[in-house]
Amino acid sequence: MKFLAAASALSLAALPVMADSADPIKLTLHDWSGQLITTTLMGEVLKAGGHNVEYVQADYIAQFAGLETGDLHVAMEIWETTGREAMDAATGTGKVVNLGSTGMDAIEEWWFPSYMKDVCPGLPNWEALNDCASEFATAETAPMGRYLGGPVTWGGFDDERVEALEMDFEVVHAGTDAALFAELESAYQRKAPIVLWIYSPHWAPAKYDGEFVEFPPYSVECYNDPSVGINPDAAYDCGKPTGPIWKVAHAGLQESHPDATKAIVNFNISNADMGAMVAEVDLNGKSVEETVAAWMDANQDTWKAWLN
Amino acid sequence: MRRWITWSTGFWVGLFAVTWLLSSYSFQLYKALDARWIVRFPKAYELPTESRISALLDWLVDSAHFVFFTFRDLTRAIAALIEIPYQFLRNLLIEGFQSGLGAEAVQIAPSLSWIAVIGVAVLIAHFARDLSLGALTGVCFLYLAVFGQWASAMVTMASVLIAVPIGAVGGLLLGIAAYRSPLFEKLLRPFLDLMQTVPVFAYLVPVLILFGFGPVAALVATVIYAMPPMVRVTIVALKAVPEEIKEAGRMVGCTRHQMMWKVLVPSASPALMVGVNQVIMLTLNMVIIASMIGAGGLGFDVLASLRRLDIGGGIEAGLAIVVMAIALDRVSQAFASRGVHEHRSGSYLKRHPWTSTSFAIIVGTLLLGQFIPAVQTYPKDLTITTGPFWTASIEWINVNFFDAFEAIKLVVLQGLLLPVKKFFTGIPWAWGIIATGLFAWKLAGWRMGLMAMLFMAFISASGLWGKTMVTIYLCGVSVFLASLIGIPLGIWAAERPRAGRVILGLMDTLQTLPSFVYLIPVVMLFRVGDFSAMIAVVLYALAPAVRYAAFGLREVPAHLIEAGRMAGCTPRQILFRIKLPLATPHLLLGLNQTIMLALSMLVITALVGTRDLGQEVYIALTKANAGQGIVAGLCVAFIAIIADRVVHAAADGQRRRLGL
Repeated sequence: MKFLAAASALSLAALPVMADSADPIKLTLHDWSGQLITTTLMGEVLKAGGHNVEYVQADYIAQFAGLETGDLHVAMEIWETTGREAMDAATGTGKVVNLGSTGMDAIEEWWFPSYMKDVCPGLPNWEALNDCASEFATAETAPMGRYLGGPVTWGGFDDERVEALEMDFEVVHAGTDAALFAELESAYQRKAPIVLWIYSPHWAPAKYDGEFVEFPPYSVECYNDPSVGINPDAAYDCGKPTGPIWKVAHAGLQESHPDATKAIVNFNISNADMGAMVAEVDLNGKSVEETVAAWMDANQDTWKAWLN
Repeated sequence: MRRWITWSTGFWVGLFAVTWLLSSYSFQLYKALDARWIVRFPKAYELPTESRISALLDWLVDSAHFVFFTFRDLTRAIAALIEIPYQFLRNLLIEGFQSGLGAEAVQIAPSLSWIAVIGVAVLIAHFARDLSLGALTGVCFLYLAVFGQWASAMVTMASVLIAVPIGAVGGLLLGIAAYRSPLFEKLLRPFLDLMQTVPVFAYLVPVLILFGFGPVAALVATVIYAMPPMVRVTIVALKAVPEEIKEAGRMVGCTRHQMMWKVLVPSASPALMVGVNQVIMLTLNMVIIASMIGAGGLGFDVLASLRRLDIGGGIEAGLAIVVMAIALDRVSQAFASRGVHEHRSGSYLKRHPWTSTSFAIIVGTLLLGQFIPAVQTYPKDLTITTGPFWTASIEWINVNFFDAFEAIKLVVLQGLLLPVKKFFTGIPWAWGIIATGLFAWKLAGWRMGLMAMLFMAFISASGLWGKTMVTIYLCGVSVFLASLIGIPLGIWAAERPRAGRVILGLMDTLQTLPSFVYLIPVVMLFRVGDFSAMIAVVLYALAPAVRYAAFGLREVPAHLIEAGRMAGCTPRQILFRIKLPLATPHLLLGLNQTIMLALSMLVITALVGTRDLGQEVYIALTKANAGQGIVAGLCVAFIAIIADRVVHAAADGQRRRLGL
């Protein structure tokens, strides 16, 4: 008996010190490539650090219920711009914790393809865009221009923005982002006029040549206080905020897997690195695993530092 | 007779005229009387159903206690129970058996090789009917391997193999219970209606919370959706067992138990297999939605490809679902029509040729697979893809024909969609409740009229009147167009059997191909909006209109057609004077199914951007608001139930008038 105990103590000493439980850490996967890359990268780094990892598919918002109960452990991409409300509700219960930014910043704004500059020379200025609103008109919206917004659930206050800035545009909401990019692809193939909601990091700004519209810069006051900004009587008379993409975890993870939690907190990657990987996957047809492995090969020092 | 017609026509004309007047002038009326309640249900009187349901669910999840365990313990235990066979099948079909976790995992046994799975599938099909069915099944499964869909397809297969038995056996048992106790049948009926008509999106969130994240929750949602037809079929099938057979059972002194399992169930089994077939089809319909909450597999591939606009990839993964559906459907139908075979004699090998061949293939490929990897896993280099072809064709159509499509779209939009939308959305809610009641009363009796009024009142009081009217408008226009296209196609299919085979095959494909696959090209060609949504709904809801029309025409008794021919009718007269009138009950049932499918599709079209109940359900899902989702889901269900009862009543009335 004594011998056994000694042997196990020995074998423990031989391995790197690991306070973490051997239960797999459950990371959630959603359905856009950037998130799959971020999560796979985190998972592979954790595996390299000797942790057990399991990937679980879950819906972006619905996953919070699972994070609260501990069915799920880590969600790698909660966007300030689209997930804030759900994240605040979840962290408010005390069962979910915010592990800080991923290092990536989300940009969401009106976007147009470069060929529209020929028709509308003043772009990307928003006033110039407004002056050629009729170029963007379709039969259903004429004489107003047509702006294709994101799903209503994304928020974004585009209807309010159009009112506040007195723009001659009608906001049409797509139901999902797949529909959004289907329209962009269609218009781009025909070099037809289009202005729509695009976000980054995403493959679309890498695939299509274009720019974000420049609105008056965002400020908290602009959104909250009507008197601030160009239109003295309305809020939202400015562009959209940019914001970090957050990592969140089940609160119990810190106790069961303290080392892994540290590594997750340390995880940090730039928009440029992520944009390049997303393009590899979505435009060059590489698999997520290949792309992540290639990045890990090239950036050994970066990710090894996360584990310490 | 003449008087009755005038009264009835008068009723309809009057009802329409009043509705039209009120719809056109409701806004002026509100301004003139300064009564905003005419166009908007007063906020102060709205029912707090949403928050009540949310609170009820919170209670169920957090604090419901049955002495020894909580409600969630119960659901989690069920989940764990389903997890065991599911995980086993996944290991068997694709993942292989391992022990240990992560880096220390040791493989105990590999999964079945692709050759073994195809071989066993072919043998089962051969056993069910004949060699040609075996060949068809083999080709279907080979598609999965050759087009690189194998791994995902096996994940989907594992969930189908779990969901179908649970759905079929559960449905059978519920059906038997309902057959034994008429009271239970009465209690069960409304639940079946709701299970079939409440959009799945509406209860995904509660299911996730109760059953945990992952494939099991998706399986539970699938079973809820796929089981009701099995229950209904079981009840009908058991009731249809001839009295003589039951009498025979009684004469030989069967106990209640023996009577059920040795007499009734076996003699009803061909009909029961129709129910199983329905369960399979509905399970495959759910593949996409199930993948949204973690089932993975083919559904996930479809969604992921379309999110990066890889249309070809989406079509290939979608077609993989179609071929799987075809294989499973044909084999299950073969089992349904399979008679009793004679017992074979001789050695074990001779008595069980299929079992022993399967065993030989499995063991053989298992051993060979250790030395030749290609036997174990289909070699990646040999997969082919048609992706670039699809992408290029859509681009070509888009660049060359967009303007032509745009012109057609404008005509339909201005001539049909917009006026109908204006008519429906203009109806003031108070009159809408009364009008629906009158409509249902006239066609289905006063009970139904009362129920319809209650349903519509619930909808108004939930603050969803506007969205409901948009739903009815989109659904109505789509059903109209689907019938306009579908019924002639069905007639054609019935009159010309060869064309019929092609048309019906096409309908099978349209119905099992996940709608998401064609939703994205439709958006590329017609932009986001009602028109795109309508096209997607029409494509999906076309199938029953065609099928019931074809079936109805074929069912017309031959002696009546013969009589017509003797009387010197031309083929045209036979069609319009004899066949079509006699087929109206079937046409109406087809209409009923078309409405049901259109309603279920509206939830999917919310993904392209409509402003109806489907959108409400979808918003609730993305915000994880269980109460909002269920209330909107109930509204959809109520419309469906009203439509269902009214059309059924109309079909019954027609049948009685024709003396069928």
